[in-house]
Amino acid sequence: MKIIYPLLFILIACFFLGPMFLAFVASITPASEFYDYSHIFPSRLTFEHINKLLFTLGGFRALIVSIEVALISIGISFALGIPAGYAIARYTFRGKDGVKLAMLFTRSLPLIVVAVSLVTVYMRLNLTDTALGVALAHAAMILPFVVIFTSSIFSSTFIEYEEAGMVFGLTRFGAFLRISLPLALPGLAASAIYGFIMSWNETFAASILSIQNRTLPAHILATAMASPDYFKYAMATVMAIPALIFIFIIRKYLISIWGISLK
Amino acid sequence: MTQIHVKKQFIPWLLLAPSLIYLIVFMGLPIIGTAQLAFQSDEGWLGNFKMITSTKDFQNAVLNTLLLAAICIPIQLALSIFLAILVNKKFKGYQTLLYIIASPLALSDITAALISYSIFASNGYLNRILLSINWIERPIYFFGYMFKSREMLVIIITEIWRATPLVFVMILAGLQSINKEYLEAAEVFGFNSWQRLWKITLPLLKPAILSSLLIRTLFAFQLFGVVWLLAGRDITVLTGETYYWYVFMNNKNVASAYALIIAVLTFVVGWFYIRTIRSRYEEEGA
Repeated sequence: MKIIYPLLFILIACFFLGPMFLAFVASITPASEFYDYSHIFPSRLTFEHINKLLFTLGGFRALIVSIEVALISIGISFALGIPAGYAIARYTFRGKDGVKLAMLFTRSLPLIVVAVSLVTVYMRLNLTDTALGVALAHAAMILPFVVIFTSSIFSSTFIEYEEAGMVFGLTRFGAFLRISLPLALPGLAASAIYGFIMSWNETFAASILSIQNRTLPAHILATAMASPDYFKYAMATVMAIPALIFIFIIRKYLISIWGISLK
Repeated sequence: MTQIHVKKQFIPWLLLAPSLIYLIVFMGLPIIGTAQLAFQSDEGWLGNFKMITSTKDFQNAVLNTLLLAAICIPIQLALSIFLAILVNKKFKGYQTLLYIIASPLALSDITAALISYSIFASNGYLNRILLSINWIERPIYFFGYMFKSREMLVIIITEIWRATPLVFVMILAGLQSINKEYLEAAEVFGFNSWQRLWKITLPLLKPAILSSLLIRTLFAFQLFGVVWLLAGRDITVLTGETYYWYVFMNNKNVASAYALIIAVLTFVVGWFYIRTIRSRYEEEGA
């Protein structure tokens, strides 16, 4: 019976990690070996495709736009979402459950249903094809998640500390700033990283809202199928590696980030 | 949980206001905008919908969306329950396995599509391996208009690979919140592990299962990148048609009509989702 766990471990690990590894290997396989069926793995490795994708095919620019969009949208959604999360965690008021449910509901609304109509609004506001425009839409996607997650962070423990701080003469805002916020920081950082991944991966709205200033996924969606195979895999690698690193950093929070929708 | 009761009811609303206003401006109003665009056409207010529903593409898009959901979701659920129970056994290295299973959560739908392509392409790994062990003589083609059912198969496999982790994480969260004393009590009363699974764990897991099913169903209507990159319009889905009509046909009204259909479906499933969550609030409150 003991042997079954290691066996299952290997099997499951291969199923989930294997494809990523294979695509990565494909992205560093020399172009000449792509139609050579004589061996499965390449005889030598090259970073030529990833280099070309980034520095001659506009990938790097798109990557910068992606980062810009993600940072702006995190900034907006956190500036607005933290007070809201705090309000839900700390205050009792009528309509609170309604607000929570509204947030859960908004989180499940895809940007697909608003993207096209946002274009017409953006045309009037001169926001079409700007990083800010895409970021504003992404912030609407991330914000409900931030509200739900921060409220659960704030409601977990720190209220007694905060009360103690207020006994010693801190104002309510001072207690929030000096006590709750620092204690909540790791959780907030994790949700910021998760917000980054959400924005980094969003394809549909980014493709609709931008033409020239495309984010990386929008750039890939527009060009991937017309590109040679090795560029496709280079795109997968460039998209996957940052997101995988980030998800590894916040691995301890994944269960709570997704478990929250159950509470 | 202690909470501060304030007489001034406006403070929490003041803190909530920026978020609520933002969501109304960037989600609420644009949905109304989508509806306006969708009902705008030369042939009366239902013109776009009449045009859409008469096309084969629309019928296929609805059918494909439902078919993909009906095949993928039960498999994802079964696989997730199995994986969650396995990880929850807390054998040596279970934490590492948890992170490994969760890793596809980091991937965008288009990334998942490209990764899948590296395996199923005519010169992909699957064909290379099958050729090298002489199971096949020439490569099997999985993509192209001629091979729609194979494209469907690849999309299903990709979706299972990409989205099972999400269901898994939700089920595991539910599993970890189950009070161990129930299971210990059952053990004392002589339940074997199979009985404990069917009589205790799964019934207690029902809320988590229900939530993850509804979330998955919601996401099924959003399925886009995987289908678009792997099959293009060989296999039409609602999101893909929205994209096609906007980007390729330059018709924002028809695109909006498709988007509105997705919105309505989301509202219907979302309503059930909110209702199950609310009933749980009330159960806990009672």
